[in-house]
Amino acid sequence: MSITIGAGIHPGPRKDLKVAAALGRRRRRVDAIVRILGLVAMLVGLAFLASILLTLAYRGSEAMGLSIFTRVTAPPGSEGGLLNPIVGSLMQAALGTAIGTPVGMLVGTYLAEYARGSRFGDLVRFVSDILLSAPSILIGLFVYTILVMPFGGFSGWAGVAALAIIVIPVVVRTTEDMLSLIPNTLREAVIGLGAPKWKMIVFVCWKSAMSGIITGILLAVARVAGETAPLLFTSLGNNAWSVDLTRPMASLPVTIYAYAGSPFEDWIALAWAGALLITLGVLGLNILARSVLRGRK
Amino acid sequence: MSQAATAATHPPATTRRSGGNVGDVLFEWACRGAAVLVLLLLGAIIVELFLAGLPAFRAFGLPFVWSTDWDPVQEVFGAGVSIYGTVVTAVLAIVLAVPLAFGIAFYLTELAPPWLRRPVGTAIELLAAVPSIIYGMWGFFVIAPAFAHYIQPTIIDTVGELPLVGFLFQGAPFGTGIFTASFILAIMILPFIAATMRDVFEQVPPVYKESAYGLGATTWEVMRSVVLPYTRVSVVGGIMLGLGRALGETMAVTFVIGNANRISTSLFGPGNTIASLVALEFGESEAGSLKFASLLALGFILFVLSFLVLAASRYLLRSRLKA
Repeated sequence: MSITIGAGIHPGPRKDLKVAAALGRRRRRVDAIVRILGLVAMLVGLAFLASILLTLAYRGSEAMGLSIFTRVTAPPGSEGGLLNPIVGSLMQAALGTAIGTPVGMLVGTYLAEYARGSRFGDLVRFVSDILLSAPSILIGLFVYTILVMPFGGFSGWAGVAALAIIVIPVVVRTTEDMLSLIPNTLREAVIGLGAPKWKMIVFVCWKSAMSGIITGILLAVARVAGETAPLLFTSLGNNAWSVDLTRPMASLPVTIYAYAGSPFEDWIALAWAGALLITLGVLGLNILARSVLRGRK
Repeated sequence: MSQAATAATHPPATTRRSGGNVGDVLFEWACRGAAVLVLLLLGAIIVELFLAGLPAFRAFGLPFVWSTDWDPVQEVFGAGVSIYGTVVTAVLAIVLAVPLAFGIAFYLTELAPPWLRRPVGTAIELLAAVPSIIYGMWGFFVIAPAFAHYIQPTIIDTVGELPLVGFLFQGAPFGTGIFTASFILAIMILPFIAATMRDVFEQVPPVYKESAYGLGATTWEVMRSVVLPYTRVSVVGGIMLGLGRALGETMAVTFVIGNANRISTSLFGPGNTIASLVALEFGESEAGSLKFASLLALGFILFVLSFLVLAASRYLLRSRLKA
């Protein structure tokens, strides 16, 4: 592959000064236009974010109130809240992360500490990256075929399993990245003191990479907290109060989906309140994750 | 004490030592087992989707892929319309998102004052964190009405009148439809493409850029003639990553695409994608029925599509990954 760098740059001033001046003006004008377009693109991107946040703040705060957190979902017109979806979402996201994180950390550790440069490691890294970007609805379908169909019904555990599968590649990625940043001299020093490799990894490498790994976990929680599609086919949703993971379980995103598409004003208002909650939570986790990572530097 | 003595007499010890040996073996196998589990997971997803969709492939054969029928009453199903919708919305989203993403990456790497780079970059990345369902609601309640009242009538009256391309922009301004879905998708994948572009632009060795500036090149000329040629493979990889994401997006698309199982010539017409069709119809299909199998077969096709695109993206981005 040959890269021709600088091929498009116009040669310097010509002999004819008038032509040269005109060319220079033209080049500067093109440059100015492109600079403005870049600025405009950035403003447009920020405008989208602002529009989403303002819409959520405006429509979400209208319906926001204490009853959201104290009442369970109810039929339209009877002043329900979002208590069971909130609790359901917290439980499923927490359990999914709790199950997916150890697996993801072990895989990330394997890639960074045991399989550097090996073909098997490359394969695992490739597969993990595919899982990271694979459509989450397919993970829902997959869990449906292995956990919902054979066991005769939708359940909170199926939702947890789907979310855990989504968590794994996120944690793999950050764990490997963070472990790769640790200088080899540190590893050599630990081994040189006579420590076995697993102690080196657990007590030195993991410890040094901890803030990065925590960042990954926070990002994973943020990712699964907003997932809707995989829960549609696994935990389904539940209009009654239930913390039983063997039965269908409510979750905030699925409730929002059902309510936002309904023709009832009060349900739509609740959907906006739920949307505001989820977005605040997810963006808050993201910002927290970033500040954890920055605090390290 | 004896351990310390061994450590002192032997050359730098690695793992073959008495105390750590069992722990080392266990730990390495735990790590390796988890890695194998990830491989098995992907394999299981592919096999399960294929097996569950097999009755549909058996019943309709290969024409399932391009047949445009979707008739639950007659039990005749085809993937044509939803594959068309999936590909068209994803490609259109790329067309809309790439110039914008390039502009943002250009601004962030070359134009923005250093103190502004971090907050603006973070804000753009937060766009990627907003859950898909929120995009769906925003698209349905904010963007679709705006499109129906202002943007689509204007486009229909202007571009829609043009010869050759006009037919793409005709019809009633519903607000929802293929074009609106693509627009929302474009915003959703924008941060992924912009972040990849920014990262690879930053990897261009400063010496190259400084040489070009030294020759009197303008900022845009440096971008076009030095940065882009140096990074083009990775830039295409970033675009493929966005495409892979756009193919499988579910909730946002379900809200705004209009959900009709037909191919309309106009981009303002309603349609569906594989993901939106599965999300909507899965609840109404009985396990074991032909419709159920057809939906899972659709899932399998979507998986193959996104796998190919994501694999291509990773291949193109490999130089960045190694760096």
